[in-house]
Amino acid sequence: MSLTREIAFTLNGSLRNVTVPVTMTALAMLRDVLRLTGTKYGCGEGECGACTIIVDGRSVNACLMFAVDCDGRTVTTIEGVAADEASEPLRQAMVDNGAVQCGFCTPGMVMQSTWLLEQNPHASRDEIKRGLEGNLCRCTGYKKLIDAVAAVSGTNQ
Amino acid sequence: MTTKTIEKNSLIGRRIPKMDAPDKASGKTRYIGDLNVSGQLYGKILRSGRIHARIVRIDTSKAKALPGVHAVITAADVPDQRPIGVNKDHMPLKGDKVRSQRDEIAAVAADSEEIAEEALKLIEVEYEDLPTIFDPRDALKPGAPLINDFKKDNVAMVFDYSHGDVAQGEAESDVVIEDSFELHYVTHCCMGVSGVIAEFDASGNLLLYSNTQVPFLHKREFAELLNIDPGRIRIIQPPIGGGFGSKLDIYPFEPIAIFLARATKRPVKLMFTREEEFLASPTRQPVILTLRSGVRKDGSLTFRTVDTLHDNGAYTSWGATTPFVMMQTFSSLYRVEHCLYKTTAVYTNNPYAGSFRGYGNLQATFAIEQHMDKLAEAIGMDPLEFRLKNAQEAGEVTGQGMHFKTCGFKDCITTAAERSDYQAKRRAYKAAQGAPGSVKRGVGIASMLHVGGGAKIYPSDGCGTILKLDDFAHVTVMTGASEIGQGSETVLAQLVCEELGVPLGSVTVVNNDTDITPWDVGVHASRTTFIAGNSAIGAARKARDKILNAAAKVSNLAAGDLDLRDGFIVRASDGQVIMPLAKMLRSLHFSDKAELVMTTHYYEPPSVHQDKGFKGDVSAAYAWATQVVEVEVDTDTGIVTLLKVWAAHDVGRVLNRLGIEGQIEGGIVMGQGYAITETLMIENGVCKNPNFRDYKLVTAPEIPEMDITFIETMDGEGPQGAKGVGEAPAICMAAAVANAIENATGTRIYKLPFTPENVYRALHPALAEAAE
Repeated sequence: MSLTREIAFTLNGSLRNVTVPVTMTALAMLRDVLRLTGTKYGCGEGECGACTIIVDGRSVNACLMFAVDCDGRTVTTIEGVAADEASEPLRQAMVDNGAVQCGFCTPGMVMQSTWLLEQNPHASRDEIKRGLEGNLCRCTGYKKLIDAVAAVSGTNQ
Repeated sequence: MTTKTIEKNSLIGRRIPKMDAPDKASGKTRYIGDLNVSGQLYGKILRSGRIHARIVRIDTSKAKALPGVHAVITAADVPDQRPIGVNKDHMPLKGDKVRSQRDEIAAVAADSEEIAEEALKLIEVEYEDLPTIFDPRDALKPGAPLINDFKKDNVAMVFDYSHGDVAQGEAESDVVIEDSFELHYVTHCCMGVSGVIAEFDASGNLLLYSNTQVPFLHKREFAELLNIDPGRIRIIQPPIGGGFGSKLDIYPFEPIAIFLARATKRPVKLMFTREEEFLASPTRQPVILTLRSGVRKDGSLTFRTVDTLHDNGAYTSWGATTPFVMMQTFSSLYRVEHCLYKTTAVYTNNPYAGSFRGYGNLQATFAIEQHMDKLAEAIGMDPLEFRLKNAQEAGEVTGQGMHFKTCGFKDCITTAAERSDYQAKRRAYKAAQGAPGSVKRGVGIASMLHVGGGAKIYPSDGCGTILKLDDFAHVTVMTGASEIGQGSETVLAQLVCEELGVPLGSVTVVNNDTDITPWDVGVHASRTTFIAGNSAIGAARKARDKILNAAAKVSNLAAGDLDLRDGFIVRASDGQVIMPLAKMLRSLHFSDKAELVMTTHYYEPPSVHQDKGFKGDVSAAYAWATQVVEVEVDTDTGIVTLLKVWAAHDVGRVLNRLGIEGQIEGGIVMGQGYAITETLMIENGVCKNPNFRDYKLVTAPEIPEMDITFIETMDGEGPQGAKGVGEAPAICMAAAVANAIENATGTRIYKLPFTPENVYRALHPALAEAAE
């Protein structure tokens, strides 16, 4: 068996202790150990953004982070954002603007947009496009995703 | 007594958010990868290390000895396996030889994915290499190695179609042109990777959690494959992370998961990695196409002769059958008296192609719409006028037997052209081709015809609906239609609301379980809104009739004078409330008659099967679209930037404005990827870029501005007048971009994709040659 390590971190507002193999990714820990399946596996190489989470205030591809590196940090996943009333306008904007089709990329898009709006609450359309560049979507053509974030940022540019 | 009145309130044409969007935006939706069944094992597949080789020996003993491994299977362990695919030429596990990089030779079921992967490394395989074919043109040469031994040659499939007499057409032509086009490999890139969970119960019944987009066809196919009664197979479709045609066929991983479940008597979950998704999913059909077209000086088309060579890869899936759709574009997009079409699909050692949104039509339109520009140029006619002169109109029956009962084609052309200022821009950009500066602009136009009312390919093109109302006027719609993200559940609910006068929140759509839902042929051919929509309307109308007939008895009004609005039974003339719908339903239920309102409907479109010559009115309606694109071409770098797309689509009628915009925007960007950024690089049978870093999908900053106009022709057979639209928006893009590059630079490029390197080479052939 591979080497394991016990880690402690704040996950969606609660302290969690988990024992994980040192080779495990944060994505595998969230999905397979903690059974939080809202964070999606899309590529495992940091190219698609479907596994976007927020770690100590930064947006991160969970597939590129080792689980053990969550030790001592504050991690927010889509489950945490979905339980946070403050994020309701963004999620509702995704719904109302038709930004969701198959929906597989949507949790990652919500996470990245959450982070983007935290950094830049009045982001322009160009800033939103740039902010979502690392998140792939095959259904929507991105326009309605951009519309949704723009509706929250209040931009008309 | 109150005299509350309710006005008629239609949801048709409104912006209705997708019903499953709140869960999806909250991470609550469980896709196949998110599902876990108690006691499940994890399956993994060993793929070929060679491209074309005889399998001399497979030794699985070390893998079997690894702790945590429950089964290791090869072809020898499943002597009862049967071939899958359109030609039944594809054994799930290869025993004799491998024919392509993706070939499956063994599979493992283990306690974890890690153990399964470890076990794969312990399987020893000895190969004896065989001569290979990578260029489809080589497959037809005398003495070419045989890819599939049961065939006497490498021809997988042939299509021949004709109407009129092309020799006569050529004789009548003032101008004849001929060109060859080369269409490349791209793949679906569904964001959710493929996967399946297979489980047998104690009685031997099979439960599959599957991403299929054709569950009822696959139920039958799996039964044949396993030699069991189809009635013993249940398919549940979890929410699907993208389809686009990719889930229209059975692929080896599905029977392999079933074999592993059978061998271990445990549920087996088998998920692809992204790399596997690139290597082992079908592609869009690559095509080498020669098109010969003629025209008279007055601008009327005379004939088209089309010869296409399809690289079938090592096995046959739906890609080989894309000529069904391609020939429609050549025979019927424009009026042409004489048409001859031939496709030969040949086996090679390359990946094999499947069904992909547009189904051959992107390839056909790429060729035909470039030729429309060239023919117009050759006779000195404006390309827009030339298209309008030859465009189909309502009432036309084409040489292939397609009957255009509604046809907004000319409106599409003129709308897209006017909104984009196409003609003036085209002249100005053409005039500026020789001006100083490396950055040029161009506009290009392309149009398409696609089935919009189903396609009668299978014995039935129908869909069933079961509808029930409970005592509280909540409606459950059980539909055969599958949801793959396109928004069918919301449109079906809207159509039911329109008949039953209930709010959208009072409708649940059940669409994912073959034990519950009635038969449907599946998601393909842009058919779901049209076919499943008509089916849902049929069931809802039967319920409505039953309710209004019952209400007539208690209200002393004729059923025809009553209406259902906002959950109430009202007088149709002035909307005066008679009683709540729920109360009416309870009074039916708890009366002496004791009745529930439950209805069924099966809708079969009034289309016909094509005859052996591929003639016949195969769809109940046809969709049309024109797209104009404006591009910037940097002639120093070959970079093509898509600035704006003006799309005009004959959609019959807009049902859900939000949903249809989303379909069209997504289709345009998928078409943009096909035209400009995407290519699955296959070199000597090996995929060189099985990842999103090297396979370039369009990202958010690269999307064009989009101006979308809906042409509402109110199709008489369509649900509330609508036609299918799912595939249409992706079809024109590559052709329009090709025409725009020509307008910008004066150089016409016949080969996709328009990546910087390819465009640069085309613009600077001497420099490109010198560099080599």
